[in-house]
Amino acid sequence: MNAYRRYQPGSQPSHNHPPYVSSQDRHPSHPPIVIPHTLSEVTGPQFTLDDLRNSSSDLTKHGAGEPLGERIVVSGKVLDQDGNPIRRTLVEIWQANAAGRYMHKTDRHNAPLDPNFPGFGHTLTDDEGRYRFVTIKPGAYPWRNHHNAWRPQHIHFSLFGPAFATRIVTQMYFPGDPLLPFDPIYNCTADEKGRKRLISCFDWETTIPDQALGFRFDITLRGRDATPLEEM
Amino acid sequence: MPIPATTSQTVGPYFSIGLNLLLVSNLAGPGERFTLEGRVLDAHRKPVPDALLEIWQANAAGQYPQAADGFRGFGRAATDKDGAFCFTSIRPGAVPGPKDTTQAPHLEVSVFMRGLLIRLTTRVYFPDEPANATDPILNLVPAARRETIIAKRTDSGVLHWDVLLQGDDETVFFDI
Repeated sequence: MNAYRRYQPGSQPSHNHPPYVSSQDRHPSHPPIVIPHTLSEVTGPQFTLDDLRNSSSDLTKHGAGEPLGERIVVSGKVLDQDGNPIRRTLVEIWQANAAGRYMHKTDRHNAPLDPNFPGFGHTLTDDEGRYRFVTIKPGAYPWRNHHNAWRPQHIHFSLFGPAFATRIVTQMYFPGDPLLPFDPIYNCTADEKGRKRLISCFDWETTIPDQALGFRFDITLRGRDATPLEEM
Repeated sequence: MPIPATTSQTVGPYFSIGLNLLLVSNLAGPGERFTLEGRVLDAHRKPVPDALLEIWQANAAGQYPQAADGFRGFGRAATDKDGAFCFTSIRPGAVPGPKDTTQAPHLEVSVFMRGLLIRLTTRVYFPDEPANATDPILNLVPAARRETIIAKRTDSGVLHWDVLLQGDDETVFFDI
């Protein structure tokens, strides 16, 4: 069994990112201590369809009726850094409705809730690492980070992969969003190419005629290193 | 050249919408039960009411689960308005470490919250555990800070461990 690759410098955000104001009081002051990967880091929880019985991959079917907004298909592949598919891994997503409002008690944005859109979805990747959700394009919404701050349209993604070391939570954005250059969360990493990989692509192939636009978003989780655990 | 890994982003304030489906604060399985309670406190020691903790652990025999049946080894709990969280589980056994060492019983922990762009990872060790002295990971931590990741046993027998983001007794986090 091998360790996982370390993240490339600059490819991940640091815990302290001053433009994102709430990181100020919520980051450790000491740098994290680098440790070798052991059995504890290279193993991780696994999930089955039974875990997803109270959810589905079609976010437009969680209410009594059809939600308002632009119906979209969001799909892609979950791969490791060598391009191998990550099979049967859990993908959890959540998002605002078309008006930019989350169905959450602390969201006080003055925009309407949609009773037909709770805004969550869950699925497992297939044997080729593919996932697919049907949902509504989320709206942009204001937040209090700085004067006239607006979050670009985004969908939150949570993934486990095969190991504790591969766990990641991220956000998917949409092509051409004019808010992206001004968003401190999107801009948290030094690597511009890394940021751009968070932007989905419009995709004719998954667009359904008369039904929904398709957006493609591939996710790459850490891959295995060449170093076997025993040698560390 | 390896494909670059996807960049992490914060869970934000509304993660409960998507992540509450799999809240697991009671891990059922054979072994010695324990309850771990604590709070997540920010730089000013104010409670963090919107944090999510996940744990990953071996079973009582020191084996990590390889399938999603039987003992799952996975827990997920959100903090409440006081920043408090609670897990009940079974005490894990010792697990193999690097170069023929043995790791003392421990929980792997991920911490997510609004304000954190990438998760924090740490471990929780058990009090009164002789194997802590020779644990290869605990020994990478400066001696003065080791106590921050060893739970304390309270008078009621419950284990207590706080996640302190800053301050003199700031919790040790690991770069994995």
